[in-house]
Amino acid sequence: MTHINNFKSTYYSLKTLILTIVFSFVSIFSFANHTTSSSATDSSKIETATIHSSEASENISPENHGEEKFDINKTIMEHVADAHDWHLWGHTSIHLPVILYTDKGLDVFSSGKFNHGHDIYIGKYSYKIEHEKIHAVDENGNVLSDIKVLDFSITKNVATLLISVFGLMLIFLTVANGYAKRGIGAPKGIQSWLEPIILFVRDDIAAPNLGKHTNKYMPYLLTVFFFIWFNNMLGLIPFFPGGANVTGNIAVTMILSVITFVLTNINAKKAYWKHIFLPHVPLWLYPLMIPVEIIGIFTKPFALMIRLFANITAGHILVLSLVCLAILFKSFAVGFATTPLIVFISAIELLVAFLQAFIFTILSALFIGMAVNIESEEAHH
Amino acid sequence: MTGSIAAIGAGLAAIGAGLGIGRIGGSAMESMARQPESANKIQTTMLIAAAFVEAVALFAVVVSLLGNG
Repeated sequence: MTHINNFKSTYYSLKTLILTIVFSFVSIFSFANHTTSSSATDSSKIETATIHSSEASENISPENHGEEKFDINKTIMEHVADAHDWHLWGHTSIHLPVILYTDKGLDVFSSGKFNHGHDIYIGKYSYKIEHEKIHAVDENGNVLSDIKVLDFSITKNVATLLISVFGLMLIFLTVANGYAKRGIGAPKGIQSWLEPIILFVRDDIAAPNLGKHTNKYMPYLLTVFFFIWFNNMLGLIPFFPGGANVTGNIAVTMILSVITFVLTNINAKKAYWKHIFLPHVPLWLYPLMIPVEIIGIFTKPFALMIRLFANITAGHILVLSLVCLAILFKSFAVGFATTPLIVFISAIELLVAFLQAFIFTILSALFIGMAVNIESEEAHH
Repeated sequence: MTGSIAAIGAGLAAIGAGLGIGRIGGSAMESMARQPESANKIQTTMLIAAAFVEAVALFAVVVSLLGNG
């Protein structure tokens, strides 16, 4: 019983800790003053786009001027990329904290100080933000390229990560608590919704690939599965709690695949390394085979990284470019035509969100399984 | 100019991936029709194979995105 009580108290203190962390960094909402700038909020961009496309419709060739007026590439990339403030609606956004490290030390301030790229913030150096990249500048606003600014800011992606960690902790600690309280009897509440999915991960993803090592790797596989799925779904929500492109950020997918890489190679059996450095081929093939096998160690997690990143980013770009069509053509008819298409693609993206989590998990299980179950495979030869 | 070439690259990648995934899906359906009892296993393997094909196409898409920028 004390064990369960301990567990419960840590659970609640964790909850408060995470809440405190998430909300202590977020400064109060504020209003942007400037409306007609290229790096301002969405709706101002749409306003300028409308004005410009009406000009563009007068001279018919859109290739000459259309691209400059409403830059569809720029709009989409701004939505897919990370940001220092979290746009909510209209001119309202949450200004997330900026944390910079230079040779003079730490600088912590709100991203609202940049006023959407119009102002220069004066801390230990003077800083300017340009295309979401922060540079150190002199008094006249010229970039000092020899000063290295390391950006550790709580950006939109980091904030979403914290939120998703909080959400996942809340869900899974509730479920774990349910098992601690009721044992492995009938599940209750959210537990009964998640139990089939957890069993699916164990029986259909982990067990066929890992065999007798299944239980050892289940914590990692479950974590990675639900983390990717949850964040994919959050990315599909176009407004506040979602809207960030966490799993479509190559740094996040890189860390996930690096964990798989480390797990695979640390737990690999002797036969795995023998397979790489002393393969069952004629001796004269060794100079060819060994480099290929060594490259193979790295390409597997690399492909994992690119697959998740590109799938999610491509999905976001697809939906955004369909949304942008109506703005680009400035026509209600196009808007009506694309709306069902957007709904259809979004529905497919829901499937892709699950499928990518599934693929990442099953391939991780496959790679780890190939490294740890290699003796049984060798016996068949 | 580089934008159009990047678009052609993305299109070529789509052709390759379409052919590959089409073949995988077609063969999987055929074998599922022959052996409905192993449909689950075939489906999982199909998804893994499709993911590998897709990854190659997505490499091409990423390269053309980078080339565009």
